[in-house]
Amino acid sequence: MEKMTKPVQLLQGNAACARAAIAAGCRFYGGYPISPSSEIAETMAKLLPRVGGKFIQMEDEIASLAAVIGASLAGMKAMTATSGPGFSLMQEHIGFACYTEVPCVVVDVMRGGPSTGLPTSPSQADVMQARWGTHGDHPAIALCASSPGEVYELTVRAFNLAERLRTPVILLLDEVVAHMYEKVDLGRLAGLPVEDRRKPKGAPGKLEAYAAGEDGVPAMAPFGEGYRYHVTGLAHDSRGYPTQDPAVVETTQRRLQRKVDRCRKEIVSYELLQCEDAEVIVFAYGIVAAAARQAVRQARQRGIRAGLFRAITLWPFPGEELAAAVKQAKRIVVAEMNLGQMTGEVERAVGKKKTVKTCLKANGEAITPDEIFSALQAEDACHA
Amino acid sequence: MLDIQKYLRLEMFPHMLCPGCGHGIVLGALLRAIHSLKLSQDEVVVVSGIGCSSRLSGYVDFDTLHTTHGRPLAFATGIKMARPELTVIVITGDGDGLSIGGNHLIHAARRNVGLTCLLLNNEIYGMTGGQAAPTTPLGKISTTGPTGPFETPFDSCRLVEAAGASFVARGITYEPATLEKLIVAAIQNPGFSFLEIISDCPEFFGRFNRMGNPADQILAQKQNVVDAKTAATLPPERLKGKMLTGILHHEPRPEYAASYQESIAQMGAQAR
Repeated sequence: MEKMTKPVQLLQGNAACARAAIAAGCRFYGGYPISPSSEIAETMAKLLPRVGGKFIQMEDEIASLAAVIGASLAGMKAMTATSGPGFSLMQEHIGFACYTEVPCVVVDVMRGGPSTGLPTSPSQADVMQARWGTHGDHPAIALCASSPGEVYELTVRAFNLAERLRTPVILLLDEVVAHMYEKVDLGRLAGLPVEDRRKPKGAPGKLEAYAAGEDGVPAMAPFGEGYRYHVTGLAHDSRGYPTQDPAVVETTQRRLQRKVDRCRKEIVSYELLQCEDAEVIVFAYGIVAAAARQAVRQARQRGIRAGLFRAITLWPFPGEELAAAVKQAKRIVVAEMNLGQMTGEVERAVGKKKTVKTCLKANGEAITPDEIFSALQAEDACHA
Repeated sequence: MLDIQKYLRLEMFPHMLCPGCGHGIVLGALLRAIHSLKLSQDEVVVVSGIGCSSRLSGYVDFDTLHTTHGRPLAFATGIKMARPELTVIVITGDGDGLSIGGNHLIHAARRNVGLTCLLLNNEIYGMTGGQAAPTTPLGKISTTGPTGPFETPFDSCRLVEAAGASFVARGITYEPATLEKLIVAAIQNPGFSFLEIISDCPEFFGRFNRMGNPADQILAQKQNVVDAKTAATLPPERLKGKMLTGILHHEPRPEYAASYQESIAQMGAQAR
């Protein structure tokens, strides 16, 4: 184990992610090099064997998530990390993990796109891909961190949610947060709770592998322990066997959605800054929220009643919470490093009576506090 | 006497394979091989991709994983890494393993990860209705190659040997007893074992190409192959157009998952 003599350490966002994963019990990493996420793989390659874990560099991102799902089925907590192009390649297996209910964590360090785009520049243009990238109806959980310290916390949380709900959880970072260094109090973070998947109670024998109770989450048996069950990406019944029976298919589809929906309150997290009396509220997430925080401070100094709604959970979208927070506000400014992917969600949540403006940037540069400040002042939209 | 039903999920029957399909012969040989090796059903995992051959995983009573198209070897690699003590068998087809999954095949071979890969080659995409495969021979027609392909088919055994597999063999469904022996030898090799099995698709290959009934098609296999040992004694002109069967390459080298496990042990890992 790495010597953790100092509880407070200067950590890079990507390194914090890897350290947190190991602390959360991750023992398998399958990945493929891609900027700006590669330090996560490099740190895992170094640290995992020291705790008895396994690291493998696969031949591509498709194989990476496949290996992760395989290892998870064999009983290991498992993760991969990538960036936009690799995240695109992983989409089919995100759907496979959703449908077969295999816990795993997928980290996407967002860079400028589309296509190869801007490999070393920040963006937030994968937020919709995190929701709808894979085909078919499925629940989605995506968390988004604003600082290295928060990367650590959210990585642990991503594992906990994945294990508890038997579903893939996506952690979205942007290039700035991933490469930024910050003091992280590992002593405090060591106390974060760690959850493990629930195993079947009965002795191995005939297992109804996908029979779920009230919480909609079936107990999960690891391969190789005598339960001998079938896992398929085909529509399946409670035994895991393929079926085309519309009633059975419908039941499973609804259950998958419901198991996440019923935990929505626990999953959704956000931060409010001076929203109580605000007439204008910035909606931001990731590194943009750090700039927005500064912009709100600037605005308050000039007598503008500004506030910030920082989304930490992006999916499920914190719509009800946002609507409640902006009740007294007249205007909302959505600041994001894309061409307005979350703006539609915000508009839907706050209703037509509120004015929704945007402060958008998709050129590889981070949005500055000044740009958000201008948007706060102006009645018109700011396309920075 | 082997009670083969012990290894089957009878509740999954009737199966979805067409009458005359060769894949059932392979499944029988696989189960007899597992039985003769005295492997516990609890220590065998069967992983498959997408296609007719890949549906076999559903019918057998082990831990079974029916994955996405072309990717079973990548899923299986994760399982083997996590639990090196398990016997992991991958069933794939010629489209699944050589077309969409070709990259995973060569990398699994290169790593010498301890998987036994059975590639059931029926020279066509059967499940989707008879489209051309990377194994469809020149001169044979398919729905997407109505005048026959202009592409040279893969010799999968030579490909996988070149990529680094430590065990490479080819069998035919005409010879189920030999097939069983080859599967036993493949499982016994600790590294990556590759076994191509020539199967038949009477519905979408044989019928399109006017190859007679299923029995005729299985019989035809025999005329197209030469056993590797016999081939060594024959002049090259006698081998023209023939496929070699039997063990084609066997050169054991360190298995990937076990090697990794060993390196961890050497590091003196302390679990947290």
